[in-house]
Amino acid sequence: MADLLELTATEMTAALERRETTSRDLVAASLARMASLDGQVHAFLSTRSEAARKEAEAIDRRRLAGEKLGPLAGLPVAIKDNLCTSDGLPTTCASRMLEKFHAPYDANVVEKIRAADGVIVGKTNLDEFAMGSSTENSAFGPTHNPWNLDLVPGGSSGGSAAAVAARMAPLALGSDTGGSIRLPASLCGVVGLKPTYGRVSRYGLVAFASSLDQIGPFGRTVADVALMLQVIAGWDGRDSTSVNRPAPDYAAAVRSASAQGLRIGLPREFFAAGLDAEVERLVREAIAVYEKAGAKLVEVSLPHFAYAVETYYIVATAECSSNLARYDGVHYGHRTAEPSDLIEMMSRSRAEGFGPEVKRRIMLGTYVLSSGYYDAYYLKALKVRQLIKGDLDRAFAQVDCLMGPTSPTAAWPLGAKTADPLAMYLSDIYTVSANLATIPAVSVPCGFTAAGLPVGLQIMGDVFTEDRLLAAAAIIERERQDWQRRPGMLAGDGKAVQT
Amino acid sequence: MGLQRQEVEKVAKLSRITLAPGEAEQLADQLSRVLDYIGKLNELKTDDVAPLSHALAVANVFRDDEPRESLPVETVLANAPSRTAAGFKVPRVLEGDED
Amino acid sequence: MTDRTVKMIVGLEVHVQLKTRTKLFCGCQTSFGDEPNSHCCPVCLGLPGVLPVMNREAYRLSVMAALALHCTVAPHTKWDRKHYYYPDLPKNYQISQYDLPLGSDGYLEIETEAGRKKIRILRAHLEEDAGKLLHAEHGDYSEVDLNRTGTPLLEIVSQPDLATVEEVRAYCMSLRQIVTYLGVSEANMQMGHMRFEPNINLHITENGEKHATPIVELKNLNSFRAVERGVAYEERRQLAEWDETHSRMKAGTKTTRGFNDSTGETFVQREKEEANDYRYFPEPDLVVVEPKPEWIDELQRGLPELPLEKKNRFVTAYGLSEYDAGVLTATIEMARYFERVAELSAAPKPAANWVTQGLTREINTRGLSIESAADFPVTAERLAELVKAVEQGTISKTIGDTVLSEMIDGKNSAAEIIAAKGLAQVSDTAALERMVDEALAANPGPVADYRAGKKQALGRLMGAIMKASGGKANPKVVSGILEQKLHQ
Repeated sequence: MADLLELTATEMTAALERRETTSRDLVAASLARMASLDGQVHAFLSTRSEAARKEAEAIDRRRLAGEKLGPLAGLPVAIKDNLCTSDGLPTTCASRMLEKFHAPYDANVVEKIRAADGVIVGKTNLDEFAMGSSTENSAFGPTHNPWNLDLVPGGSSGGSAAAVAARMAPLALGSDTGGSIRLPASLCGVVGLKPTYGRVSRYGLVAFASSLDQIGPFGRTVADVALMLQVIAGWDGRDSTSVNRPAPDYAAAVRSASAQGLRIGLPREFFAAGLDAEVERLVREAIAVYEKAGAKLVEVSLPHFAYAVETYYIVATAECSSNLARYDGVHYGHRTAEPSDLIEMMSRSRAEGFGPEVKRRIMLGTYVLSSGYYDAYYLKALKVRQLIKGDLDRAFAQVDCLMGPTSPTAAWPLGAKTADPLAMYLSDIYTVSANLATIPAVSVPCGFTAAGLPVGLQIMGDVFTEDRLLAAAAIIERERQDWQRRPGMLAGDGKAVQT
Repeated sequence: MGLQRQEVEKVAKLSRITLAPGEAEQLADQLSRVLDYIGKLNELKTDDVAPLSHALAVANVFRDDEPRESLPVETVLANAPSRTAAGFKVPRVLEGDED
Repeated sequence: MTDRTVKMIVGLEVHVQLKTRTKLFCGCQTSFGDEPNSHCCPVCLGLPGVLPVMNREAYRLSVMAALALHCTVAPHTKWDRKHYYYPDLPKNYQISQYDLPLGSDGYLEIETEAGRKKIRILRAHLEEDAGKLLHAEHGDYSEVDLNRTGTPLLEIVSQPDLATVEEVRAYCMSLRQIVTYLGVSEANMQMGHMRFEPNINLHITENGEKHATPIVELKNLNSFRAVERGVAYEERRQLAEWDETHSRMKAGTKTTRGFNDSTGETFVQREKEEANDYRYFPEPDLVVVEPKPEWIDELQRGLPELPLEKKNRFVTAYGLSEYDAGVLTATIEMARYFERVAELSAAPKPAANWVTQGLTREINTRGLSIESAADFPVTAERLAELVKAVEQGTISKTIGDTVLSEMIDGKNSAAEIIAAKGLAQVSDTAALERMVDEALAANPGPVADYRAGKKQALGRLMGAIMKASGGKANPKVVSGILEQKLHQ
């Protein structure tokens, strides 16, 4: 076999079942790829080599013994470093604040990956506490886009997206509060899904904005994302906001995908000023593929779309200011040296432990919740959130899904937006609505720009229609086969990990 | 609407974040721009709109009053930046230090 | 001298620790006095990534208390985050209830020498407790113990309807009585299960003009005595301050004072430069609670008889005095004990006397209590047997006292003690006639006095007979025989 890491997760599973390869080899290949390329990409903040190897070998032995194995048996998995793990790796959230923090418990999704016999190979880079759209806000240095190392991978789950794009791991988990899975998926040319709020337990996901956060999978193909979603979806008694509702068979939905009769809504507001022409062309071409395959296109309107980013930044920063209050240097995390008193200890620890964007958001959130401003900002935002949800509810009464761009542009150069927070916030213009309305949305590759940069098509659906979204995403994937295209940086590396 | 330096300092205090010299001015500028931007919501009439304060239309989620094992004390204190034999150690707290 | 009247206005916030096995949002056990930080888990430590899940029992107990306080139980309630930075509050916010408390608009009826009075309840809400700070004796540091963090507390807020120290005391005690009757709290004062925060000011009318003094909130009083003393001190202090400064209440403001138990004085707590700004907002990690009306009805129907109702019934159904009924309903255990004795002995009034007098005296001298039933030797069944023995004339009241004392110290029942010691009254007429004859022969003086019309001489003869019988002669039978023989 040529480069093992060119296989998708689904293909790896088939190869393992046919005994054409072993988990040991897959994990070794994954670790070798990380060793050779992550110096340039910086997708990972920490890796587990020895432990991962041992787990892989144990799974191989169990396979030889004919034991029944879980659906991720022997597959390397990368997880975003805002998911708690108790296995010796720190959970840093890419923050100085938690640089040395070791969680004494596993996140629900981590337990599920282990129970499914997945092998966690490392924890990926992110914008500090998942606050950002480019992964440049990491206290430990940015992640680079595997398609062009001078560009950002998108964020905040940039490390996970880049790890999958660079074939360091076939599967990864990220978290999405305003687009943090979909935006990097789009910019890195992989598939990324934000599930319905409540579909996946948030227990063990370090909170950024509790009413918006949701964990979701990355894969190179829709089938891989379906595989991972099947593992992590489900009710958890430790998360009051997880929903007790059986998950459908996502892989089956993907296999039986058909565009025939699919009613696709095209929000007028998604194709307006601010959208890069090349991105628009690729997205429209993709939509034409659906129409040709029998889908019906319906123009819809989301009248409050223009207020989504504003609403998002109020709700998200308010919740963030509260969720991040706990980092004060008392029970865990960074503590300043030789404080003169308690208040100074807390204030200096926080000033030193948090980066500039996190501090800005904490302060903005504190402001919008503070006495005298609550009604004007926070309460107002909750009301507009209701209007935005209403727009989407009305749209889904008419159509099966909405389609449009995931990001207004393809990947941009590192540093291009770091000095201008507002410009950075606008990268999320198409993604925040799904979080505000709690609905699922997927980003699937739909071609490349002339500069060879991937572009993503975003498909949004009503709550708990992940199966339909994935089925819809599979149609453009089948047509375009973008998942087979490799970032240029992999050209010379394949040989190094051939077996 | 601009944010004054004093307001930034007040918010910083409420947020328990020490500002470096010059940081208040810089933040006043940045936050003012963001506030201008998010202030756009005031264009909308929302008098009759119910706030969406809970993301889920789910009610009555409880757990049973069944004890579960707590962590060993050593694990509880494992991440403490400073500790005594059995507790988290902090600079002396005076009565009424809470705000 | 100006013409003035002074009226004290007190509202009370009371925190009651609920009787649950586990904390409000996690499965750690509620505890007291255990090794510091030994009842903690990721959730109550507020570690990154954890989420709260509401304890069903804590909510049920809260609703029971709200119903007993005649509150309206909210058909839709939610939790909110209240933000303040303090090292014993690991998340730096407390999960509490802000604008939609689970119960509101109730009342608690109190009883003082001045009579009964309804104190309106503004609200009752459920929230989590903080941990504890221990201040090192030597060294410039404090220690944080998070065992108590997340313990469920019901906060009950009254309207400012209390006007005297006596009323404040009656309110606090009555509240304690109710929550223990309901079983929603152990209300153990030593363990800090009840904490009081009175808000106090004075309304002063001088020469027809009304003034209000600034409101003071006294923080964290945890005994009835501290509440009484604190409130009484504030009443005096505010009046003195008024005379000196004439400073008036400013709307929406109050100062916080502490209470020093050893001096009995209150003191200003350090004011912070920034005003309180708790930045409440709805807790996104918890969902709303919408109790079904049928469930509330069921709880309402299942409420036990409350102290005042019980007291009224004891007076009307058993013919007890107000005082005795009050003593017998002071605690639910006492009331249950008494009713069982009354029922088994079929003699409620004597049963009441035995419980409030003989039994109370005996157990007080031994430091026992009916409330700690486990090691209390005189079960209701056993006391009822004694009451019956006295009522049926098997033994006298005096012998009864001896039997009771022996019952407490030993393991035997009343019947066993009576039999073993031969304490049963002699009611055998032939034997008693002999005793009477002997007494008449031995006491010619009193006999002559009686026959001469001095009826009180009968007492001396009775005394002599009882003494001769060692207290065992049945006095009723003896007096019958005696009178018969004297008239012969």
